[in-house]
Amino acid sequence: MPDDRNLKPRYRFIDHTADLGIEVRGETERDLFANAALAVHDLIADTRTVRPRESRVISVSGIDSNDLLVNFLREVLYLFNGERMLAANCTILEMDGERVKAELRGEIFDRERHALKKEIKAVTHHQADLRRGKGGWKARIIFDV
Amino acid sequence: MSELRLERLDAYRWKVPMHGGMRVPGIIYASEKMLREMGKDESLRQVANVAHLPGIVRCSLAMPDMHWGYGFPIGGVAAFDPAEGVISPGGVGYDINCGCRLLATGLAAEEIKPRLHDLISALYRDIPSGVGSTGSIRLRIQEEKKVLREGAAWAVRNGYGSAEDLEATEDGGRMEGADPDKVSDRALERGRDQLGTLGSGNHFLEIEKVEEIFDGDTAQALGLWKGQAAVMIHSGSRGLGHQVCDDFIAKMVRLDQKMGLNLPDRQLACAYISSREGEDYYAAMCCAANYAWANRQMLMHWTRECFEKTLRKSPRELGMKLIYDVCHNIAKFEKIPLGEEGREKDLCVHRKGATRAFPPGHPALPERFRRTGQPVLIPGDMGTGSYVLAGTSKALAETFGSTCHGAGRLMSRAQAVKSSRGRQIRKEMEERGVLVMSTGKATLQEEIPEAYKDIDEVVNIVHGAGISKKVARLRPLACLKG
Repeated sequence: MPDDRNLKPRYRFIDHTADLGIEVRGETERDLFANAALAVHDLIADTRTVRPRESRVISVSGIDSNDLLVNFLREVLYLFNGERMLAANCTILEMDGERVKAELRGEIFDRERHALKKEIKAVTHHQADLRRGKGGWKARIIFDV
Repeated sequence: MSELRLERLDAYRWKVPMHGGMRVPGIIYASEKMLREMGKDESLRQVANVAHLPGIVRCSLAMPDMHWGYGFPIGGVAAFDPAEGVISPGGVGYDINCGCRLLATGLAAEEIKPRLHDLISALYRDIPSGVGSTGSIRLRIQEEKKVLREGAAWAVRNGYGSAEDLEATEDGGRMEGADPDKVSDRALERGRDQLGTLGSGNHFLEIEKVEEIFDGDTAQALGLWKGQAAVMIHSGSRGLGHQVCDDFIAKMVRLDQKMGLNLPDRQLACAYISSREGEDYYAAMCCAANYAWANRQMLMHWTRECFEKTLRKSPRELGMKLIYDVCHNIAKFEKIPLGEEGREKDLCVHRKGATRAFPPGHPALPERFRRTGQPVLIPGDMGTGSYVLAGTSKALAETFGSTCHGAGRLMSRAQAVKSSRGRQIRKEMEERGVLVMSTGKATLQEEIPEAYKDIDEVVNIVHGAGISKKVARLRPLACLKG
């Protein structure tokens, strides 16, 4: 086990007949993006068992904030689906309304140590909704599973 | 609750009248009871949303197994004019050419019953399944591109099955128009080590028994008889298909914004069929469809081998013959009769969770199905059963030659897991007479029989409405889940 146990990302499930949806929160927009990234990996495996051994920097753009969040999470998901990497933490390096650059630290999936929970096949645009509310930022994302 | 107003057309059909930006009405095939269930989610609105797309012809259709998807409903069918219409990756779905095939044996189910446990264990051992499963083969990119061009024929050429199998596969197991250069490096990478894998979720491999015959002549012509043992395989294009869909939705979201195309749901992202983006998507989609056919062909080959080894019988003694293979997530250019004169027009038919159902005599069918009509395979959930139907001329006239594709979900996956808490699903299934093997425990909970609509009711609607006819019903005996 890692010495500094990773925090479990904050998200909750929302119901969708065919698929899987989550609602993510954050105090700031950056906070929300980082939290959403970890939530994606926490759906796949328990992120508390992932050690931050390797780093990847991802950079994406979007036509508006919803598109930006979906595109960001598509890249985050590809880390696992394409490179078999699980993330333990995420730092937003740069961000404006149309671009985001982030560093994710984690390690390559190891069957011995990481129990897979669920196959997340894709991040959809369907009902994607990012907004600022009373107590901070909130977003809804639906995945294809 | 959906506040959409519906008009009843007849015993099986309901109309969503045109309103707002709808270009055509919606038509839903359902019973009153099913419609009440559909009203609980967003799928009715999704039928209306699809009707907003440019170049949509006649109506936005939904089959009785319809349920909430993203963008298009699952169970949705829509056709577009190639000159002024669009093609939409979301109208095909992420799992391009998700589909199923039915493999009949020459044995009675009673004969294999004592060996059922051995058979399903052998299949569990030899067929890679489950979350992120990878196969025994890692393709070089050049070889993978051949798979994308040739489809099931690539598998046959490499020793998986015979040319006879291709004739019993929709489109011969290969769509023309595949161009691997339109498939991204990411999609190619994801596809390299997943060929010949079942996957997870609702994908399965099931040993079944032909329980009831409804149409003796058609069943006989197809090679089905009461009491016969058969195998149903349900799988798709795995990570490759998902990546193709994902890549093109992202591209088209940007494109639609540039064009000023205002869609009610971004997941409906689309491009004009005649545009470069539209052509590129179609070429990449065909590649993914071909990959899926090669995949199912390999899964079937290993199934045959498992039966041979376990039962110690020769291929001749086993007589395992492919009845048919259908895709139920696809877009295709097909000649469809339109208007009162029924003049044929080439249309781009999207079927997302719907099956082609061409009638007897249709020129797209090989000789052996000219009299029966195209076989339609409806996989049920692990507890109930599957159906073999046949296509009809009414389907060609009313639904662009389409029918339902399965039971359709009733509960969300989260609800299903909740309602199966504390239950021994595997044991419950055994008590119902179905042996179940599964890689993931969660999969079994998500796939409990009550999470799905009643397949008998779904099939009775398409049969009653005349858009396909019942041929046979199969009951599961043993099921391998991803």
